[in-house]
Amino acid sequence: MDGSQTAAAAPGVDAAQVAARSRSYWATVGQRLKNDPVTLAFGGLVLIIILLAVFAPLLAPYDPADASMIRRLKAIGTPGHPLGTDETGRDMLSRLLYGGRLSLFMGIMPVFNALIIGGVLGIFSGFVGGRAGMIIMRTMDVFYAFPSVLLAIAISGALGAGIENAVVSLTVVFIPPIARIAESVTTQVRSLDYVEAARASGASTFTIIRVHILANVLGPVFIYATSLISVSIILASGLSFLGLGVRPPEAEWGLMLNTLRQAIYVNPYLAALPGVMIFITSLSFNLLSDGLRSAMDIRL
Amino acid sequence: MNDVTATSAAAEPSHDDRAILEVNDLVKHFAVKGGLFGRNAARVQAVDGVSFDVKPRETLGIVGESGCGKSTTARLLMHLMHADSGDIVIDGKRVGEADGLSVRDMRYLMQMVFQDSYASLNPRLTIEETIAFGPRVHGVPADAARQRARELLQQVGLDPNLFIRRYPHELSGGQRQRINIARALALNPKIVILDEAVSALDKSVEAQVLNLLLDLKQQLGLTYIFISHDLHVVHYVSDRVLVMYLGKVVEIGPVEQIYAATAHPYTQALLSAMPSMDPDNRATEPPISGDPPNPIDPPSGCRFHTRCPHAEPVCAAHEPLLHVVNGHAGHLAACHMRIPASGHSAAPKKGTP
Repeated sequence: MDGSQTAAAAPGVDAAQVAARSRSYWATVGQRLKNDPVTLAFGGLVLIIILLAVFAPLLAPYDPADASMIRRLKAIGTPGHPLGTDETGRDMLSRLLYGGRLSLFMGIMPVFNALIIGGVLGIFSGFVGGRAGMIIMRTMDVFYAFPSVLLAIAISGALGAGIENAVVSLTVVFIPPIARIAESVTTQVRSLDYVEAARASGASTFTIIRVHILANVLGPVFIYATSLISVSIILASGLSFLGLGVRPPEAEWGLMLNTLRQAIYVNPYLAALPGVMIFITSLSFNLLSDGLRSAMDIRL
Repeated sequence: MNDVTATSAAAEPSHDDRAILEVNDLVKHFAVKGGLFGRNAARVQAVDGVSFDVKPRETLGIVGESGCGKSTTARLLMHLMHADSGDIVIDGKRVGEADGLSVRDMRYLMQMVFQDSYASLNPRLTIEETIAFGPRVHGVPADAARQRARELLQQVGLDPNLFIRRYPHELSGGQRQRINIARALALNPKIVILDEAVSALDKSVEAQVLNLLLDLKQQLGLTYIFISHDLHVVHYVSDRVLVMYLGKVVEIGPVEQIYAATAHPYTQALLSAMPSMDPDNRATEPPISGDPPNPIDPPSGCRFHTRCPHAEPVCAAHEPLLHVVNGHAGHLAACHMRIPASGHSAAPKKGTP
């Protein structure tokens, strides 16, 4: 019968083989990632950027706020200042290291908040549906209709400059797209027979969401959220550039790009450095997210 | 002979026993969005006044074209969707009534095996977790639920040691369907609804799973509602057969009556469309032509009259009700040709059965 009877003849041997063969979903994903050098490389780069930001106080050669009029705009490669100095003579290397902390925070924090809020809203709308779900999703559509940059600027402008307000405005920007992804994936999963079977077994809505929906919805939503981190870094830099996010003298890549822009004719390479960091970081997050997406997209 | 039947009837309930499941006038219309803001919505009459009963330990086959309301009936029975009206009575207790059976308790008595063996297993859960889910939901301790999963795997012919930690994508279609059956049995139901449970399987695997189902029925004293479009399979497993057309029951009766003394032209058409294994016994009747009419706007009178070779004006004017045919009490058909003095030229004269 199905070959299972013959296999059962030698249970000891076969059970061991099956145990070795039988891999969970996540083990399969891990195996795929191991065979994907691009994703591994950019994943490593993300890790390095995060570690540099976390250990900035140990790694930075100078105080990032230590200004000096006599060593303004030193070129890259100046002894003592390997990446030069900015328009007020602060060490660029130290400022880039410290700036990574705020930029990464501004990249991750709004997406994390939006993932929780948008995920809950989307999964609720997708699973429960009905009038409440419709109201939630149509409200999301209204926000989604605004270009994200404009919406972020509008909310930040209304709330005033500052890190907290920038996080709030970016969170609001990212809730609708995450809620939409969560809703559409949940709607797909909800109509699958295994969810029907779980309902037929008498499980409560909460149990069904916890056991059957979350595991199958969170993957795609999480992947999408990681791709938003790079967008968030760029938007946050944009807000800082416009004077709506981080305020001087804090070090943040977008703000540094803004304050160095007068120096672009004097020392263009130096002025471009914060932009290069934003580019590398967002590219790394994007490629990592792409790699995760293809690794997790297993046709079961 | 009489003595034997008498004692066996005393020992176990016979087929003449009180119905374990009664369905009375079940109705489900789906609103189709139309008009501004969903007003003036058209309604698909998916299930329209379906009544039948099922005796303990029998298998009731439900057949019909796709879209005739078979699966909707199954989902209504399981309370996976709410019926617009109608009663479901299990063991004499109305489901969902204050003084009857709660939906939760109903799920102890009735379970369902789904058609799509791939979509019906959660890809992230091991086989053990899938089978143990139902008992866990109903408060069985984790260890006992796991033990139950092992027993059930054994019962459906899969070695627990081999399969308990596996994931669905590692199993064949037949193995997955066995898991589905094990899950349906996990709550010790009395009635199992098999919604096209073997239709998606290869013929050889289908036969194995069918035999497993028949064995389980014997061992556990189960009652089956077997939904299928495969008339050979229904003939093989069913005690009685119910034929549906456009949300209505057109014929119901013992399997041999349905297949040998067919009363409704639609059933006749279905049976003549059934491929024969014997080349000398080819279908000679022309198959019914065309698609089923739109269930949003079903034909007046008898819903089959638009495709029926015997249709007469009376068929379009009046809806035929289920009526006893051939003098056999359990065999009913909804056709004017079988209703005495219905006005159809082929109808029996009044007084003759």
